[in-house]
Amino acid sequence: MSERAQLLLELADDELILGWRDSEWTGIAPFLEEDVAFSSIAQNEIGHARALYELAARELGGDADSLAFDRRPDEYRCAPLVQARLVGDWAATIARHVLYETADAVRLEALKASDDAELAGLAAKMDREEVYHRLHAEMWLARLGGEERTRTALDELWPSALGVLALELRPLLAERLGRPEVEAVERVAPGAEFAELWQEMTLVRRSAPAGAQW
Amino acid sequence: MVTEAAVWEALAQIPDPEIPVISLVDLGVVKSVEVEGESVRVEFTPTFLGCPALEVMKRELERAIEAIGAEPQVEVVMDDSWSTDRISPEGREKLREAGFAPPTPRAAGPTTLVQLQSKAFRCPYCGSTETRLDNIFGPTPCRSVRYCESCRQPFEQFKTI
Repeated sequence: MSERAQLLLELADDELILGWRDSEWTGIAPFLEEDVAFSSIAQNEIGHARALYELAARELGGDADSLAFDRRPDEYRCAPLVQARLVGDWAATIARHVLYETADAVRLEALKASDDAELAGLAAKMDREEVYHRLHAEMWLARLGGEERTRTALDELWPSALGVLALELRPLLAERLGRPEVEAVERVAPGAEFAELWQEMTLVRRSAPAGAQW
Repeated sequence: MVTEAAVWEALAQIPDPEIPVISLVDLGVVKSVEVEGESVRVEFTPTFLGCPALEVMKRELERAIEAIGAEPQVEVVMDDSWSTDRISPEGREKLREAGFAPPTPRAAGPTTLVQLQSKAFRCPYCGSTETRLDNIFGPTPCRSVRYCESCRQPFEQFKTI
């Protein structure tokens, strides 16, 4: 697999899995506005995943759905930050939201400046939508950033946030969030928590494989 | 023989699948039209990447071209060429009439919370700028929800992207 395809899968897997995790709040967020917000954010992230998988599919074959749902759990490349099941813990969810959106902003800025015109164009389009995710995260950080539970969650998730980014981008994230560069939690083959999500996420696909007719 | 003008005219009849008061041409998602003999090549530049209406829009464009007797070739352009600034003046007026506040023009930098919380947004029902942000997100990815303090009516505000 080329470095480009590898990168596309990492990006797409991050967005797909985070979108899935965010959607777990649909219907049970602390209040209605947040049901709507997290559902909408999830929809955007999954839309980004689809566009990225489509680019990857041109090189790897298949299509967006087959790359999203037909791989084995150990073939996913998503960062540990997006894998954690945080539904039920609003403070941790907001902490991840702040950390991921900031890391994603750093990553998108780098991609927008890349020589790969196709990827740079898509990154610019994604970034226009992400602006609103960042504003939402910023608003919640202003509300909850001083609370003990949020601070603890930010500290705990920080090494995973660094792991979202390539080595050379990590100092930028540390600077932006005013945090020290610590040892990152790297992308490794996903664990048990992910396997459970994979079961749920691919259920419909597995029961109606490609070509099925009814 | 199909002309480029005839293609634009046909595409201008296609309603947006979610907000049918506005056409796909008004929405600005048709980036270019090229006619070569019987074949018509259209560049389609999607709105929000997660918008579930994208597939429908693409199919409707193909159908409209077939209906005027040409062979459609709809290419999806996945860059940032679409922006809410591409919505035509007529399209903006139709949105307002239907109760959707049209997007504000894109500024030099990205939108900020201070801007969203400012009085720059006009209620589509009574025209007052005494409106406040209720939720950055709304019923679809392209809209926010605001509340008009003057006529006490919540309304949907198009996001600027």
